[in-house]
Amino acid sequence: MKILSDAVEIVRGGLITARHFVVNMWFHTWRFLGLRTKRAGAVTIQYPEVRREVAPRHRSLHRLVRRPDGKPRCVACMLCVTVCPSECIFVEAAEDPDPEVQKYPARFTIDLSRCCFCGFCVEACPEDAIRMDTGKLEVAGRARADLEYTVEKLV
Amino acid sequence: MVDVLIVLIKIVLALTWFLLLTLLLTWVERKESAVVQDRIGANRAAVFGRRLFGLFQPFADAIKMLFKEDFTPPFADRALHTLAPFLSFFFVAVTVAAVPFGDAVVVGGKRIALQVVDLNAGLLFILAMLSLAVYGILLSGWASRNRLSLLGGLRGGAQLISYELALGLSLVGIVMVYPSLRLSEIVHFQGLNLFGFLPRWGVILQPLGFVVFLVAVMAETKRVPFDLPEGESEIVGFFTEYSGLKWGMFMMTDFMEVIVAACLLTTLYFGGWQVPWLGADGFHFPWGGTWLLPKWLVTVLQVGAFNVKVVFFCWLQVLLRWTYPRFRYDQLMRFGWTWLVPLGVVNILLTAVLLII
Repeated sequence: MKILSDAVEIVRGGLITARHFVVNMWFHTWRFLGLRTKRAGAVTIQYPEVRREVAPRHRSLHRLVRRPDGKPRCVACMLCVTVCPSECIFVEAAEDPDPEVQKYPARFTIDLSRCCFCGFCVEACPEDAIRMDTGKLEVAGRARADLEYTVEKLV
Repeated sequence: MVDVLIVLIKIVLALTWFLLLTLLLTWVERKESAVVQDRIGANRAAVFGRRLFGLFQPFADAIKMLFKEDFTPPFADRALHTLAPFLSFFFVAVTVAAVPFGDAVVVGGKRIALQVVDLNAGLLFILAMLSLAVYGILLSGWASRNRLSLLGGLRGGAQLISYELALGLSLVGIVMVYPSLRLSEIVHFQGLNLFGFLPRWGVILQPLGFVVFLVAVMAETKRVPFDLPEGESEIVGFFTEYSGLKWGMFMMTDFMEVIVAACLLTTLYFGGWQVPWLGADGFHFPWGGTWLLPKWLVTVLQVGAFNVKVVFFCWLQVLLRWTYPRFRYDQLMRFGWTWLVPLGVVNILLTAVLLII
């Protein structure tokens, strides 16, 4: 009697969803009344208010590391520009009065609309001047020009 | 004059109840599906910063649908295209007229039935109106002049007509047990007790009929295990060419059919507004005790019981809708014609034999 075993399975399926409903409502109700329960009624993370912790090695928005005196550490060596597969970094070098530093970036722009967040620039940098550890994930703009991040935005 | 006024008030109250429950049901559908799937569901719509579990979501949806563009495709039959959603809405909305909400109350020497009209063929009336609702679907598919919509409409027609048969057959058993088509009388008969203690509810007298009816009525609401007319993944359905409020009316009709189905399940199989052992003057327990209650409290209890049962069956239908995958079209037809219809006939035979014995 296949139809009977099918009917049993149909009822069991309904009981599974009903069990989920009852168990989740149980936790929802206690949580709503302010009691601590061993788990929440749902696995949802209420995103803009509550955020998931990103992994320490997660590659997020770039950051230009600064020297103790506040200037960016970058010496405009162009290694990141060379290594960048999306060709989204633009650096214009200028002479620095400090002979130890020699060069500083007069212009350092990352076109985030082209960036693929591969992290090669971080790997290539000999001065540890660029990092991708801000934890900022939402990079959005209303126009392409909004996504060209300059030094002021990146430090 | 007073009679007309009473009927008008009853119509307004019944429709308000119906439409409010429909709005709530859209919320219940979203939240219940979320809870079943370990999610939270829509909870962002807020008024003055108050979210109230997303209870404002139905209103936000309604406002959105009101302000969307109401587009009629240039190739469609304009008159029929406009008529179709109103037809299917109307035929479902009038069914609430025959649903008994409670026992008759006496106000100022006047006997008022808690029912818009106590038709002597109320059961037939509801069945007829539910069957006529298929016109809205067929018309919308036809008038859209879109082959996928037409396919949806035809599927809807074939499905509803074949499941209508099983629905009718399962109800024949009910009519044999409670010899009346008047819904208020059917509910009255269910107030009596079997062997002195068991309420004579339809589900106890007609268990097989109940199963057939439950499946057939779920097919009648054309929601997920039976949503072939819509067929979201392949043909998108009879309302492909609809937008804005007209599409919203089709969606509302779906939810209203769920409520009508819950009303029918309650009224026919779960004693309508009857509370077990509650008579007109209070509880008469089978173990001998009586607990007398004032008249108004009895009425409140009865209407409350009816509402609780209806909400429970709405909940059950939403749960089933979020449990089962969809039938294939041939499976749907085979199931209807080779299982439900014969089971309905068997139910009639069994009932007849048991009635004679």
